[in-house]
Amino acid sequence: MTSSESVRAIEAVWGIESPRLIAALTRVVRDVGLAEDFAQDAFVSALSQWPSEGIPRNPGAWLMSVAKRRAIDYFRRAATAEDKYRLLGHETQAEESEEAIFAALDEDYIADDLLRLMFVACHPVLSVEARVALTLRLLGGLSTTEIARAFLSSEPTIAQRIVRAKRTLAEAHVPFEVPDAGQRMQRLTSVLEVIYLIFNEGYSASNGDDILRPGLSQEALRLGRVLAELAPQESEVHGLVALMELQSSRARARVGPSGEHVLLLEQDRARWDQILIRRGLTALGRAERVGQPLGPYALQAAIAACHARARRAEETDWARIAALYDALAELHPTAVVRLNRAVAVGMAFGPQSGLELVDALLAEPALRSYHLLPSVRGDLLEKLQRFGEARAEFERAAALAHNTRDRDLLLARAARCARA
Amino acid sequence: MRFLVMVKATKEWDGEAPAAAMGAFNDALARDGVMLAAEGLQPTSKGARISYAGPRPVVTDGPFTETKELVAGFWLVQARTKEELIERYLRCPFERGESIEIRQLFEAEDFPGIELKFAHKGSQTPNARP
Repeated sequence: MTSSESVRAIEAVWGIESPRLIAALTRVVRDVGLAEDFAQDAFVSALSQWPSEGIPRNPGAWLMSVAKRRAIDYFRRAATAEDKYRLLGHETQAEESEEAIFAALDEDYIADDLLRLMFVACHPVLSVEARVALTLRLLGGLSTTEIARAFLSSEPTIAQRIVRAKRTLAEAHVPFEVPDAGQRMQRLTSVLEVIYLIFNEGYSASNGDDILRPGLSQEALRLGRVLAELAPQESEVHGLVALMELQSSRARARVGPSGEHVLLLEQDRARWDQILIRRGLTALGRAERVGQPLGPYALQAAIAACHARARRAEETDWARIAALYDALAELHPTAVVRLNRAVAVGMAFGPQSGLELVDALLAEPALRSYHLLPSVRGDLLEKLQRFGEARAEFERAAALAHNTRDRDLLLARAARCARA
Repeated sequence: MRFLVMVKATKEWDGEAPAAAMGAFNDALARDGVMLAAEGLQPTSKGARISYAGPRPVVTDGPFTETKELVAGFWLVQARTKEELIERYLRCPFERGESIEIRQLFEAEDFPGIELKFAHKGSQTPNARP
Protein backbone atom coordinates (compact mmCIF):
# COMPACT_ATOMS: atom_id res chain seq x y z
CA MET A 1 0.00 0.00 0.00
CA THR A 2 1.38 3.41 -0.87
CA SER A 3 1.22 6.00 1.89
CA SER A 4 -1.56 7.98 0.19
CA GLU A 5 -3.55 4.76 -0.19
CA SER A 6 -3.12 3.96 3.47
CA VAL A 7 -4.11 7.49 4.47
CA ARG A 8 -7.31 7.08 2.45
CA ALA A 9 -7.90 3.73 4.11
CA ILE A 10 -7.37 5.27 7.55
CA GLU A 11 -9.74 8.11 6.70
CA ALA A 12 -12.30 5.50 5.69
CA VAL A 13 -11.87 3.79 9.06
CA TRP A 14 -12.39 7.15 10.72
CA GLY A 15 -15.62 7.68 8.79
CA ILE A 16 -16.91 4.32 9.94
CA GLU A 17 -15.69 4.34 13.55
CA SER A 18 -15.62 7.95 14.73
CA PRO A 19 -19.34 8.38 15.56
CA ARG A 20 -19.36 5.42 17.94
CA LEU A 21 -15.99 6.42 19.34
CA ILE A 22 -17.11 9.98 20.05
CA ALA A 23 -20.48 8.86 21.40
CA ALA A 24 -18.91 6.46 23.91
CA LEU A 25 -16.25 8.97 24.95
CA THR A 26 -18.80 11.73 25.45
CA ARG A 27 -20.64 9.64 27.99
CA VAL A 28 -17.46 9.34 30.02
CA VAL A 29 -16.06 12.85 29.73
CA ARG A 30 -19.45 14.60 29.48
CA ASP A 31 -18.21 17.04 26.88
CA VAL A 32 -18.58 16.56 23.15
CA GLY A 33 -15.57 18.75 22.34
CA LEU A 34 -13.29 16.89 24.73
CA ALA A 35 -14.54 13.54 23.46
CA GLU A 36 -13.83 14.55 19.90
CA ASP A 37 -10.32 15.67 20.90
CA PHE A 38 -9.54 12.25 22.38
CA ALA A 39 -10.93 10.51 19.33
CA GLN A 40 -8.85 12.80 17.09
CA ASP A 41 -5.74 11.98 19.13
CA ALA A 42 -6.37 8.31 18.49
CA PHE A 43 -6.80 9.03 14.80
CA VAL A 44 -3.50 10.91 14.69
CA SER A 45 -1.79 7.94 16.34
CA ALA A 46 -3.31 5.70 13.71
CA LEU A 47 -1.99 7.93 10.96
CA SER A 48 1.51 7.65 12.34
CA GLN A 49 1.47 3.93 13.12
CA TRP A 50 -0.77 2.15 10.65
CA PRO A 51 1.04 3.01 7.40
CA SER A 52 4.12 1.10 8.62
CA GLU A 53 2.49 -1.50 10.89
CA GLY A 54 -0.60 -2.12 8.81
CA ILE A 55 -4.22 -1.53 9.77
CA PRO A 56 -5.15 -3.66 12.79
CA ARG A 57 -7.73 -6.40 12.41
CA ASN A 58 -10.20 -4.57 14.59
CA PRO A 59 -9.43 -0.90 13.93
CA GLY A 60 -12.39 0.33 16.00
CA ALA A 61 -11.15 -1.42 19.13
CA TRP A 62 -7.63 -0.14 18.50
CA LEU A 63 -8.81 3.47 18.21
CA MET A 64 -11.02 3.05 21.26
CA SER A 65 -8.15 1.77 23.41
CA VAL A 66 -5.86 4.64 22.38
CA ALA A 67 -8.63 7.17 23.04
CA LYS A 68 -9.29 5.52 26.42
CA ARG A 69 -5.64 5.95 27.38
CA ARG A 70 -5.82 9.62 26.38
CA ALA A 71 -8.93 10.07 28.49
CA ILE A 72 -7.32 8.38 31.49
CA ASP A 73 -4.20 10.53 31.17
CA TYR A 74 -6.44 13.54 31.06
CA PHE A 75 -8.28 12.56 34.21
CA ARG A 76 -5.01 11.90 36.04
CA ARG A 77 -3.69 15.30 35.12
CA ALA A 78 -7.00 16.83 36.00
CA ALA A 79 -6.96 15.15 39.40
CA THR A 80 -3.65 16.78 40.23
CA ALA A 81 -4.84 20.14 39.05
CA GLU A 82 -8.03 20.39 41.00
CA ASP A 83 -9.14 23.65 39.49
CA LYS A 84 -9.26 22.14 36.07
CA TYR A 85 -11.09 19.23 37.52
CA ARG A 86 -13.75 21.29 39.15
CA LEU A 87 -14.14 23.10 35.90
CA LEU A 88 -15.33 19.83 34.42
CA GLY A 89 -17.99 19.57 37.07
CA HIS A 90 -17.04 16.05 38.09
CA GLU A 91 -17.30 15.06 41.70
CA THR A 92 -15.89 11.58 41.43
CA GLN A 93 -12.29 10.65 42.11
CA ALA A 94 -9.87 9.99 39.32
CA GLU A 95 -9.72 6.23 40.06
CA GLU A 96 -13.45 5.93 39.83
CA SER A 97 -13.33 7.79 36.56
CA GLU A 98 -10.81 5.31 35.20
CA GLU A 99 -13.04 2.44 36.09
CA ALA A 100 -16.00 4.24 34.64
CA ILE A 101 -14.09 4.71 31.41
CA PHE A 102 -13.38 1.03 31.00
CA ALA A 103 -16.91 0.05 31.91
CA ALA A 104 -18.61 2.73 29.91
CA LEU A 105 -16.80 2.03 26.69
CA ASP A 106 -18.43 -1.39 26.67
CA GLU A 107 -19.91 -2.19 23.28
CA ASP A 108 -23.38 -2.78 24.76
CA TYR A 109 -23.83 0.85 25.72
CA ILE A 110 -22.75 2.41 22.47
CA ALA A 111 -26.13 2.27 20.73
CA ASP A 112 -27.65 4.35 23.53
CA ASP A 113 -24.69 6.70 23.38
CA LEU A 114 -25.20 7.28 19.67
CA LEU A 115 -28.83 8.16 20.27
CA ARG A 116 -27.82 10.59 23.02
CA LEU A 117 -25.24 12.12 20.70
CA MET A 118 -27.92 12.69 18.06
CA PHE A 119 -30.11 14.50 20.55
CA VAL A 120 -27.19 16.62 21.72
CA ALA A 121 -26.00 17.53 18.21
CA CYS A 122 -29.54 18.62 17.32
CA HIS A 123 -30.17 20.46 20.59
CA PRO A 124 -32.45 23.51 20.25
CA VAL A 125 -29.88 25.66 22.03
CA LEU A 126 -27.94 25.58 18.74
CA SER A 127 -28.79 27.37 15.53
CA VAL A 128 -30.13 25.17 12.77
CA GLU A 129 -26.94 25.61 10.72
CA ALA A 130 -24.88 24.57 13.74
CA ARG A 131 -27.05 21.49 14.29
CA VAL A 132 -26.58 20.45 10.68
CA ALA A 133 -22.81 20.93 10.74
CA LEU A 134 -22.39 19.20 14.10
CA THR A 135 -24.57 16.27 13.08
CA LEU A 136 -22.60 15.71 9.88
CA ARG A 137 -19.37 16.04 11.77
CA LEU A 138 -20.10 13.92 14.85
CA LEU A 139 -22.60 11.39 13.52
CA GLY A 140 -21.65 11.38 9.86
CA GLY A 141 -17.92 11.32 10.51
CA LEU A 142 -17.49 13.93 7.77
CA SER A 143 -14.46 16.18 7.81
CA THR A 144 -14.82 19.97 7.95
CA THR A 145 -13.56 20.05 4.36
CA GLU A 146 -16.27 17.64 3.22
CA ILE A 147 -19.01 19.58 5.01
CA ALA A 148 -17.78 22.88 3.56
CA ARG A 149 -17.74 21.42 0.07
CA ALA A 150 -21.22 19.97 0.45
CA PHE A 151 -22.67 23.28 1.59
CA LEU A 152 -20.66 25.41 -0.85
CA SER A 153 -19.20 27.17 2.14
CA SER A 154 -15.65 27.88 3.21
CA GLU A 155 -13.73 25.60 5.51
CA PRO A 156 -12.98 28.26 8.16
CA THR A 157 -16.69 29.15 8.30
CA ILE A 158 -17.71 25.55 8.97
CA ALA A 159 -14.82 24.95 11.38
CA GLN A 160 -15.80 28.02 13.36
CA ARG A 161 -19.44 27.02 13.35
CA ILE A 162 -18.54 23.64 14.84
CA VAL A 163 -16.20 25.10 17.47
CA ARG A 164 -18.85 27.59 18.51
CA ALA A 165 -21.53 24.91 18.64
CA LYS A 166 -19.44 22.75 20.95
CA ARG A 167 -18.76 25.74 23.18
CA THR A 168 -22.46 26.59 23.30
CA LEU A 169 -23.31 23.04 24.36
CA ALA A 170 -20.69 23.14 27.11
CA GLU A 171 -21.77 26.55 28.38
CA ALA A 172 -25.42 25.55 28.42
CA HIS A 173 -24.49 22.34 30.32
CA VAL A 174 -26.54 20.32 27.90
CA PRO A 175 -26.80 16.89 29.50
CA PHE A 176 -25.72 13.81 27.54
CA GLU A 177 -29.03 12.02 27.69
CA VAL A 178 -32.10 10.97 25.80
CA PRO A 179 -34.73 13.53 26.80
CA ASP A 180 -37.52 12.34 29.08
CA ALA A 181 -41.08 11.78 27.97
CA GLY A 182 -42.08 15.41 28.48
CA GLN A 183 -39.49 16.74 26.04
CA ARG A 184 -38.91 13.74 23.88
CA MET A 185 -41.33 14.56 21.07
CA GLN A 186 -40.14 18.12 20.69
CA ARG A 187 -36.48 17.12 20.77
CA LEU A 188 -37.07 14.26 18.37
CA THR A 189 -38.74 16.70 15.99
CA SER A 190 -35.54 18.73 15.98
CA VAL A 191 -33.45 15.64 15.14
CA LEU A 192 -35.80 14.69 12.30
CA GLU A 193 -35.81 18.26 11.01
CA VAL A 194 -32.02 18.33 10.83
CA ILE A 195 -31.88 15.02 8.97
CA TYR A 196 -34.57 16.11 6.51
CA LEU A 197 -32.83 19.42 5.98
CA ILE A 198 -29.61 17.62 5.06
CA PHE A 199 -31.61 15.37 2.75
CA ASN A 200 -33.26 18.28 0.98
CA GLU A 201 -30.00 20.15 0.70
CA GLY A 202 -28.74 17.28 -1.42
CA TYR A 203 -31.99 16.44 -3.15
CA SER A 204 -33.20 19.80 -4.29
CA ALA A 205 -30.12 21.97 -3.80
CA SER A 206 -31.51 25.26 -2.64
CA ASN A 207 -28.83 27.86 -3.01
CA GLY A 208 -26.77 29.36 -5.78
CA ASP A 209 -26.14 26.98 -8.58
CA ASP A 210 -28.62 24.19 -8.18
CA ILE A 211 -26.42 21.19 -8.53
CA LEU A 212 -27.64 17.93 -7.11
CA ARG A 213 -25.49 16.80 -4.23
CA PRO A 214 -26.49 13.18 -3.85
CA GLY A 215 -23.85 12.56 -1.20
CA LEU A 216 -25.79 14.68 1.28
CA SER A 217 -29.08 12.95 0.56
CA GLN A 218 -27.50 9.54 0.94
CA GLU A 219 -25.89 10.59 4.19
CA ALA A 220 -29.23 11.87 5.49
CA LEU A 221 -30.88 8.61 4.53
CA ARG A 222 -28.13 6.68 6.26
CA LEU A 223 -28.54 8.78 9.43
CA GLY A 224 -32.29 8.20 9.26
CA ARG A 225 -31.80 4.44 9.01
CA VAL A 226 -29.35 4.53 11.93
CA LEU A 227 -31.89 6.46 13.98
CA ALA A 228 -34.61 3.97 13.05
CA GLU A 229 -32.45 1.19 14.49
CA LEU A 230 -31.80 3.21 17.66
CA ALA A 231 -35.38 4.38 18.23
CA PRO A 232 -37.58 1.74 16.56
CA GLN A 233 -40.60 2.66 18.67
CA GLU A 234 -40.87 6.13 17.14
CA SER A 235 -43.35 6.14 14.28
CA GLU A 236 -42.15 9.43 12.82
CA VAL A 237 -38.56 8.18 12.52
CA HIS A 238 -39.79 5.40 10.23
CA GLY A 239 -42.03 7.94 8.53
CA LEU A 240 -39.08 10.17 7.72
CA VAL A 241 -36.98 7.26 6.47
CA ALA A 242 -39.89 6.15 4.28
CA LEU A 243 -40.30 9.66 2.90
CA MET A 244 -36.60 9.96 2.06
CA GLU A 245 -36.38 6.50 0.49
CA LEU A 246 -39.45 7.18 -1.66
CA GLN A 247 -38.28 10.62 -2.74
CA SER A 248 -34.83 9.25 -3.57
CA SER A 249 -36.40 6.54 -5.69
CA ARG A 250 -37.39 9.21 -8.21
CA ALA A 251 -34.02 10.97 -8.41
CA ARG A 252 -33.14 9.49 -11.79
CA ALA A 253 -36.50 10.43 -13.32
CA ARG A 254 -36.61 14.02 -12.11
CA VAL A 255 -34.33 15.42 -14.76
CA GLY A 256 -34.88 15.22 -18.49
CA PRO A 257 -32.24 14.78 -21.20
CA SER A 258 -31.53 18.50 -21.51
CA GLY A 259 -31.51 19.11 -17.77
CA GLU A 260 -35.10 20.25 -17.40
CA HIS A 261 -37.12 19.42 -14.34
CA VAL A 262 -39.58 16.63 -15.13
CA LEU A 263 -42.86 16.88 -13.23
CA LEU A 264 -43.92 13.93 -11.15
CA LEU A 265 -46.81 12.92 -13.37
CA GLU A 266 -44.69 13.11 -16.50
CA GLN A 267 -41.78 11.10 -15.16
CA ASP A 268 -40.76 7.85 -16.78
CA ARG A 269 -41.75 5.47 -14.02
CA ALA A 270 -39.46 2.78 -15.39
CA ARG A 271 -36.63 4.96 -14.12
CA TRP A 272 -37.91 4.91 -10.57
CA ASP A 273 -35.67 2.87 -8.32
CA GLN A 274 -37.64 -0.18 -7.23
CA ILE A 275 -35.22 -1.11 -4.47
CA LEU A 276 -35.66 2.26 -2.81
CA ILE A 277 -39.43 2.08 -3.33
CA ARG A 278 -39.53 -1.30 -1.63
CA ARG A 279 -37.44 0.03 1.24
CA GLY A 280 -39.68 3.08 1.51
CA LEU A 281 -42.87 1.02 1.61
CA THR A 282 -41.34 -1.26 4.26
CA ALA A 283 -40.40 1.74 6.41
CA LEU A 284 -43.88 3.19 5.97
CA GLY A 285 -45.34 -0.13 7.09
CA ARG A 286 -43.23 0.11 10.26
CA ALA A 287 -44.41 3.66 10.88
CA GLU A 288 -48.03 2.53 10.53
CA ARG A 289 -47.54 -0.43 12.85
CA VAL A 290 -45.86 1.62 15.55
CA GLY A 291 -48.14 4.59 15.74
CA GLN A 292 -51.55 5.80 14.69
CA PRO A 293 -52.59 8.44 13.82
CA LEU A 294 -49.68 9.13 11.51
CA GLY A 295 -47.47 12.16 12.03
CA PRO A 296 -46.49 14.66 9.32
CA TYR A 297 -43.51 12.71 7.95
CA ALA A 298 -45.42 9.44 7.80
CA LEU A 299 -48.33 11.21 6.11
CA GLN A 300 -46.04 12.69 3.48
CA ALA A 301 -44.48 9.27 3.02
CA ALA A 302 -47.95 7.77 2.61
CA ILE A 303 -48.66 10.33 -0.12
CA ALA A 304 -45.36 9.52 -1.84
CA ALA A 305 -46.27 5.83 -1.53
CA CYS A 306 -49.53 6.41 -3.44
CA HIS A 307 -47.46 7.68 -6.35
CA ALA A 308 -44.91 4.89 -5.99
CA ARG A 309 -47.62 2.23 -6.10
CA ALA A 310 -49.22 3.58 -9.27
CA ARG A 311 -47.59 1.92 -12.25
CA ARG A 312 -48.91 4.61 -14.54
CA ALA A 313 -49.77 8.21 -13.65
CA GLU A 314 -53.44 7.55 -14.54
CA GLU A 315 -53.63 4.82 -11.92
CA THR A 316 -52.84 7.22 -9.08
CA ASP A 317 -55.27 6.98 -6.17
CA TRP A 318 -56.01 10.71 -5.95
CA ALA A 319 -58.92 10.32 -3.55
CA ARG A 320 -56.57 8.70 -1.05
CA ILE A 321 -53.94 11.38 -1.64
CA ALA A 322 -56.55 14.08 -1.06
CA ALA A 323 -57.59 12.39 2.20
CA LEU A 324 -53.95 12.18 3.31
CA TYR A 325 -53.51 15.89 2.54
CA ASP A 326 -56.62 16.59 4.62
CA ALA A 327 -54.92 14.85 7.54
CA LEU A 328 -51.64 16.66 6.87
CA ALA A 329 -53.40 20.03 6.66
CA GLU A 330 -54.95 19.30 10.08
CA LEU A 331 -51.45 18.99 11.55
CA HIS A 332 -49.71 21.59 9.42
CA PRO A 333 -52.13 23.98 7.76
CA THR A 334 -49.35 25.71 5.85
CA ALA A 335 -50.05 27.40 2.54
CA VAL A 336 -47.95 24.90 0.58
CA VAL A 337 -49.75 21.93 2.13
CA ARG A 338 -53.11 23.51 1.30
CA LEU A 339 -51.98 24.17 -2.27
CA ASN A 340 -50.97 20.53 -2.62
CA ARG A 341 -54.29 19.50 -1.18
CA ALA A 342 -56.03 21.63 -3.82
CA VAL A 343 -54.07 19.87 -6.56
CA ALA A 344 -55.02 16.45 -5.18
CA VAL A 345 -58.67 17.42 -4.80
CA GLY A 346 -58.67 18.76 -8.36
CA MET A 347 -57.35 15.43 -9.62
CA ALA A 348 -59.72 13.37 -7.48
CA PHE A 349 -62.97 15.32 -7.71
CA GLY A 350 -62.59 17.54 -10.76
CA PRO A 351 -60.94 20.88 -11.57
CA GLN A 352 -63.81 22.99 -10.19
CA SER A 353 -63.38 21.55 -6.66
CA GLY A 354 -59.65 22.12 -6.90
CA LEU A 355 -60.07 25.67 -8.14
CA GLU A 356 -62.30 26.61 -5.21
CA LEU A 357 -59.55 25.54 -2.80
CA VAL A 358 -56.87 27.35 -4.79
CA ASP A 359 -58.92 30.54 -4.89
CA ALA A 360 -59.08 30.48 -1.12
CA LEU A 361 -55.28 30.71 -1.13
CA LEU A 362 -54.96 33.75 -3.39
CA ALA A 363 -54.55 36.13 -0.49
CA GLU A 364 -51.90 33.99 1.24
CA PRO A 365 -48.81 36.12 1.79
CA ALA A 366 -46.59 33.01 1.86
CA LEU A 367 -47.58 32.19 -1.72
CA ARG A 368 -47.38 35.69 -3.13
CA SER A 369 -44.25 35.07 -5.18
CA TYR A 370 -44.59 31.31 -5.41
CA HIS A 371 -44.84 30.46 -9.11
CA LEU A 372 -46.64 27.17 -8.44
CA LEU A 373 -49.76 28.99 -7.25
CA PRO A 374 -50.56 30.62 -10.62
CA SER A 375 -49.19 27.55 -12.36
CA VAL A 376 -51.63 25.25 -10.52
CA ARG A 377 -54.47 27.71 -11.01
CA GLY A 378 -53.66 27.97 -14.73
CA ASP A 379 -53.73 24.20 -15.01
CA LEU A 380 -57.17 23.98 -13.39
CA LEU A 381 -58.55 26.83 -15.48
CA GLU A 382 -57.23 25.22 -18.64
CA LYS A 383 -59.02 21.99 -17.72
CA LEU A 384 -62.19 24.02 -17.23
CA GLN A 385 -61.59 25.46 -20.72
CA ARG A 386 -61.34 29.00 -19.34
CA PHE A 387 -58.39 29.58 -21.65
CA GLY A 388 -58.10 33.35 -21.37
CA GLU A 389 -57.75 33.26 -17.58
CA ALA A 390 -55.50 30.20 -17.81
CA ARG A 391 -53.16 32.01 -20.18
CA ALA A 392 -52.88 34.99 -17.82
CA GLU A 393 -52.04 32.64 -14.92
CA PHE A 394 -49.35 30.78 -16.88
CA GLU A 395 -47.80 34.10 -17.87
CA ARG A 396 -47.83 35.23 -14.27
CA ALA A 397 -46.24 31.95 -13.21
CA ALA A 398 -43.57 32.32 -15.90
CA ALA A 399 -42.69 35.77 -14.55
CA LEU A 400 -42.21 34.28 -11.08
CA ALA A 401 -40.26 31.15 -12.13
CA HIS A 402 -36.60 31.07 -11.12
CA ASN A 403 -35.40 28.78 -13.84
CA THR A 404 -35.36 29.51 -17.56
CA ARG A 405 -36.49 26.02 -18.53
CA ASP A 406 -39.49 26.24 -16.22
CA ARG A 407 -40.24 29.66 -17.61
CA ASP A 408 -40.12 28.36 -21.20
CA LEU A 409 -42.43 25.51 -20.25
CA LEU A 410 -44.95 27.87 -18.67
CA LEU A 411 -44.83 30.30 -21.60
CA ALA A 412 -45.44 27.39 -23.96
CA ARG A 413 -48.55 26.49 -21.98
CA ALA A 414 -49.68 30.13 -22.07
CA ALA A 415 -49.24 30.13 -25.85
CA ARG A 416 -51.23 26.89 -26.11
CA CYS A 417 -54.10 28.51 -24.17
CA ALA A 418 -53.92 31.54 -26.46
CA ARG A 419 -54.42 29.30 -29.49
CA ALA A 420 -57.29 27.36 -27.92
CA MET B 1 -22.53 5.91 -4.12
CA ARG B 2 -23.78 2.40 -4.20
CA PHE B 3 -21.93 -0.85 -4.72
CA LEU B 4 -22.86 -4.36 -5.67
CA VAL B 5 -20.78 -6.81 -3.69
CA MET B 6 -20.83 -10.27 -5.23
CA VAL B 7 -19.72 -13.31 -3.31
CA LYS B 8 -17.89 -15.89 -5.38
CA ALA B 9 -17.54 -19.33 -3.93
CA THR B 10 -14.98 -21.74 -5.33
CA LYS B 11 -17.21 -24.77 -4.86
CA GLU B 12 -20.88 -25.11 -5.42
CA TRP B 13 -22.88 -23.23 -2.83
CA ASP B 14 -24.50 -26.00 -0.86
CA GLY B 15 -27.03 -24.05 1.09
CA GLU B 16 -24.96 -24.27 4.25
CA ALA B 17 -26.05 -21.81 6.87
CA PRO B 18 -23.61 -18.90 6.96
CA ALA B 19 -21.39 -18.62 9.99
CA ALA B 20 -22.86 -16.88 13.03
CA ALA B 21 -20.21 -14.22 12.59
CA MET B 22 -21.87 -13.33 9.28
CA GLY B 23 -24.99 -12.36 11.21
CA ALA B 24 -22.97 -9.91 13.27
CA PHE B 25 -21.32 -8.55 10.14
CA ASN B 26 -24.70 -7.98 8.50
CA ASP B 27 -26.08 -6.45 11.70
CA ALA B 28 -23.24 -3.93 11.65
CA LEU B 29 -24.06 -2.98 8.04
CA ALA B 30 -27.72 -2.49 8.95
CA ARG B 31 -26.88 -0.66 12.17
CA ASP B 32 -24.71 1.80 10.24
CA GLY B 33 -27.52 2.35 7.75
CA VAL B 34 -25.52 1.28 4.70
CA MET B 35 -27.05 -2.06 3.76
CA LEU B 36 -29.69 -1.70 1.05
CA ALA B 37 -30.24 -5.34 0.19
CA ALA B 38 -28.57 -8.69 0.71
CA GLU B 39 -29.45 -12.13 -0.58
CA GLY B 40 -27.94 -15.58 -0.69
CA LEU B 41 -28.41 -17.68 -3.80
CA GLN B 42 -29.58 -21.27 -4.09
CA PRO B 43 -27.40 -23.89 -5.86
CA THR B 44 -26.87 -23.46 -9.60
CA SER B 45 -28.67 -26.79 -10.15
CA LYS B 46 -31.84 -24.75 -9.63
CA GLY B 47 -30.76 -22.05 -12.04
CA ALA B 48 -30.36 -21.69 -15.78
CA ARG B 49 -28.31 -19.76 -18.29
CA ILE B 50 -29.36 -18.14 -21.51
CA SER B 51 -26.74 -17.40 -24.13
CA TYR B 52 -27.39 -14.88 -26.87
CA ALA B 53 -24.30 -15.72 -28.94
CA GLY B 54 -26.03 -17.36 -31.88
CA PRO B 55 -28.97 -16.41 -34.06
CA ARG B 56 -31.36 -17.35 -31.29
CA PRO B 57 -30.96 -17.55 -27.52
CA VAL B 58 -29.83 -20.91 -26.10
CA VAL B 59 -31.08 -22.01 -22.69
CA THR B 60 -28.88 -24.27 -20.57
CA ASP B 61 -30.15 -25.62 -17.26
CA GLY B 62 -27.89 -25.69 -14.21
CA PRO B 63 -25.76 -26.88 -12.53
CA PHE B 64 -22.94 -24.83 -14.04
CA THR B 65 -20.24 -27.45 -13.60
CA GLU B 66 -17.69 -25.93 -15.94
CA THR B 67 -17.44 -22.66 -14.02
CA LYS B 68 -14.76 -22.24 -11.36
CA GLU B 69 -16.27 -19.27 -9.58
CA LEU B 70 -19.95 -19.28 -8.80
CA VAL B 71 -21.90 -16.32 -7.54
CA ALA B 72 -23.25 -17.41 -4.17
CA GLY B 73 -24.85 -14.21 -3.00
CA PHE B 74 -24.73 -10.47 -3.10
CA TRP B 75 -25.09 -7.29 -1.12
CA LEU B 76 -26.17 -3.88 -2.27
CA VAL B 77 -24.40 -1.40 -0.04
CA GLN B 78 -24.15 2.37 0.19
CA ALA B 79 -20.76 3.91 0.92
CA ARG B 80 -19.16 7.31 0.62
CA THR B 81 -16.04 5.97 -1.04
CA LYS B 82 -14.71 2.71 -2.41
CA GLU B 83 -12.14 2.81 0.40
CA GLU B 84 -14.94 2.85 2.98
CA LEU B 85 -16.56 -0.16 1.38
CA ILE B 86 -13.26 -2.05 1.30
CA GLU B 87 -12.66 -1.23 4.96
CA ARG B 88 -16.07 -2.62 5.83
CA TYR B 89 -15.56 -5.81 3.84
CA LEU B 90 -12.12 -6.49 5.31
CA ARG B 91 -14.19 -7.42 8.37
CA CYS B 92 -16.36 -9.88 6.47
CA PRO B 93 -15.97 -13.28 8.16
CA PHE B 94 -15.46 -15.48 5.09
CA GLU B 95 -12.90 -18.20 5.58
CA ARG B 96 -13.55 -20.98 3.07
CA GLY B 97 -11.78 -19.58 0.05
CA GLU B 98 -14.58 -17.29 -1.05
CA SER B 99 -13.79 -14.04 -2.73
CA ILE B 100 -15.89 -10.97 -3.28
CA GLU B 101 -16.11 -8.63 -6.22
CA ILE B 102 -16.97 -4.99 -5.59
CA ARG B 103 -18.63 -3.03 -8.38
CA GLN B 104 -19.95 0.50 -8.31
CA LEU B 105 -23.46 1.20 -9.62
CA PHE B 106 -24.24 3.91 -12.11
CA GLU B 107 -26.16 6.72 -10.45
CA ALA B 108 -28.18 9.60 -11.88
CA GLU B 109 -25.14 11.86 -11.67
CA ASP B 110 -23.02 9.45 -13.72
CA PHE B 111 -24.97 9.90 -16.92
CA PRO B 112 -23.06 12.29 -19.16
CA GLY B 113 -24.97 14.99 -20.95
CA ILE B 114 -27.49 15.26 -18.17
CA GLU B 115 -26.94 18.39 -16.22
CA LEU B 116 -28.54 17.93 -12.86
CA LYS B 117 -30.09 21.28 -12.29
CA PHE B 118 -33.29 21.97 -10.51
CA ALA B 119 -35.43 25.00 -10.53
CA HIS B 120 -36.96 24.87 -7.11
CA LYS B 121 -37.74 22.61 -4.24
CA GLY B 122 -40.42 20.04 -4.78
CA SER B 123 -42.28 19.14 -7.89
CA GLN B 124 -45.76 19.76 -9.18
CA THR B 125 -47.13 18.34 -6.00
CA PRO B 126 -44.46 20.02 -3.93
CA ASN B 127 -43.44 18.20 -0.84
CA ALA B 128 -44.69 20.18 2.04
CA ARG B 129 -42.42 20.60 4.97
CA PRO B 130 -43.74 19.97 8.37
